[in-house]
Amino acid sequence: MTSFFDIVLGGVFHAAVLFLVAAGLQLVFGVQKIVNLACGSFYALGAYFGISAVNWAIAAGVPPALFLPVLVLSGILLGAIGPFIEALLLTVYKRDEAFQLLLTFALVLMFQDVLRYFWGANPQQLGDIATQYGKIVVGTLQVPTYNVLVILASIAIALGIGAFLQKTNFGRILRATAENREMALALGVNVRVMYASVFTLGTMLGTVGGALVVPTAAASLDMPVELVVEAFAVVVIGGLGSMRGALVGALIVGLMRAAAISWYAELEMLAIYLVVIVVLVFRPAGLFGKAVE
Amino acid sequence: MRTAVGVLVLASLAALFALPSVLSAYYITLVLPAVAYAIALLGFNLLFGYTGLLSFGHALYVAVGAYGAAVLSSKLGIKSFELVLLLSGAAAVAAAIPVALLSVRYEKIFFGILTLAFGMLFHSFLFKFYDITGGDTGIRVLRPSLFGNEFKDLDKTAFLVGPFYYYCVGLLAVLGFVMWRIVHSPFGLHLVASRENRRKSEYLGVRVRFFRLIAFSISAFYCAVGGAILAINTGQADPELAYWTHSGELVFMAVLGGFANFFGPLVGAFTFIFLKSELMGITQFWRFWLGLTLIVIVVLFPRGLVGLGQDLWTRLHRQ
Repeated sequence: MTSFFDIVLGGVFHAAVLFLVAAGLQLVFGVQKIVNLACGSFYALGAYFGISAVNWAIAAGVPPALFLPVLVLSGILLGAIGPFIEALLLTVYKRDEAFQLLLTFALVLMFQDVLRYFWGANPQQLGDIATQYGKIVVGTLQVPTYNVLVILASIAIALGIGAFLQKTNFGRILRATAENREMALALGVNVRVMYASVFTLGTMLGTVGGALVVPTAAASLDMPVELVVEAFAVVVIGGLGSMRGALVGALIVGLMRAAAISWYAELEMLAIYLVVIVVLVFRPAGLFGKAVE
Repeated sequence: MRTAVGVLVLASLAALFALPSVLSAYYITLVLPAVAYAIALLGFNLLFGYTGLLSFGHALYVAVGAYGAAVLSSKLGIKSFELVLLLSGAAAVAAAIPVALLSVRYEKIFFGILTLAFGMLFHSFLFKFYDITGGDTGIRVLRPSLFGNEFKDLDKTAFLVGPFYYYCVGLLAVLGFVMWRIVHSPFGLHLVASRENRRKSEYLGVRVRFFRLIAFSISAFYCAVGGAILAINTGQADPELAYWTHSGELVFMAVLGGFANFFGPLVGAFTFIFLKSELMGITQFWRFWLGLTLIVIVVLFPRGLVGLGQDLWTRLHRQ
């Protein structure tokens, strides 16, 4: 029972982080129709920067117990790189998809060395700061409070994005732009600003996701390229461009990965990609995606 | 123009054959992977440039070629390089057919993602199933015999920069000629027609999916031949060959040289390999500069180096 519970909790925790990155990917794909390979790089950047931010904060006298808000804030601040990268993507919006994909691939290569330049080639860790928050004990079950907080934060962000897209005017305009760019433009939507804000929001989701994961895992240079394949699995299972799909996809991938790791480690990525292929064969548009031709 | 291209191709081939007498062995071991990638890209571009399908998982077939060479030489004791090429090429085609059957139902980004998924599936198989594939260390590749000749008196480097190099350049010439015939055949025209307007070409009787399946299989064969050469050059087949970033590098090379032109990807392969090795010699941050180069190409010169060359050529001739 305990081990099963641990697997589920580990899976949901991983899913919570994956959801943030995948949500960023979906948002950008939904509006700009660009698949951003660099989403994993934003995630890794968030992780490294989060470590430095917490270390600075502690050195500056912030009580270590406040590391969670520091991490979230560092992730949000990093989102400031979004508009600059979007300005680069601006040059290829009207081009063939191959160029769009390659441009984000170029960013993956460049970010790899940016991380290496600032933080070195060795993996970085934040120490066991997460234990600060203690554990929640229910009967024989023990749960690190930090993991629960991250899961709750991710749910809150999911609900927040949902409300933002459905209930606010900006959200409605955003969905309209995603649906029909030309028409939105004709109705006077400032598509330039819309694109820049969407991309920045997408970047922030990635960087916050990376920042939230560092108290439990080391940040390494393999992070960006490895996360991309998982985030890709999530959006393909869920359906490109769908937020609900990102949520369900993240849960499937997170839980399957946790289960595979504890039962049969060889199957880790293999199992995930088998699901991806099965979904693509039977439901090419993903579980929640719109039909493709 | 046509004769100019012919002269240029013959001159490049002659230069490739003459290189070992000019350059040191070190540089020849660099030209060898460039030749291997050039062969792989001939195939890759049949799918990308001519058929209009961007695969982000073609490293899979390069890896099949490499592991094919590894398994055949060190586990089954097959020495003949001709047999190794044929068998690993056949293995790549066999691996490509099921993938292609599923993938050619889609186009554009969905095709890219599906091929990427299959590539990563194969990578995790290579990486995790240690008993079969040797895991992260991979499998050793033994020196093959060429036309039955084992060259026992030559050491490893002498073999690679000597007979093996000439063999591979010859292979590039033969496979390049075959590919030239393929893209200029009615079959090639079908592919281009279905790229330009899928629906219209279907009405005209082009069996789009079937032809794309064939193009996919041919490209897998070429990639496997390239992969086998790469593996013999390094003496090792390892899972990184199948990783998605390696697929990205293949696309990088095609765009760097210019995928709209038959010779573009070949130029791209040679430029990429030299750029990469030079950058690696200068700085440990070579990925950054490589990425920056890619951005400059994508943003400013989307037709690649060959496109740039063509523009210069026409400008010179107008004056």
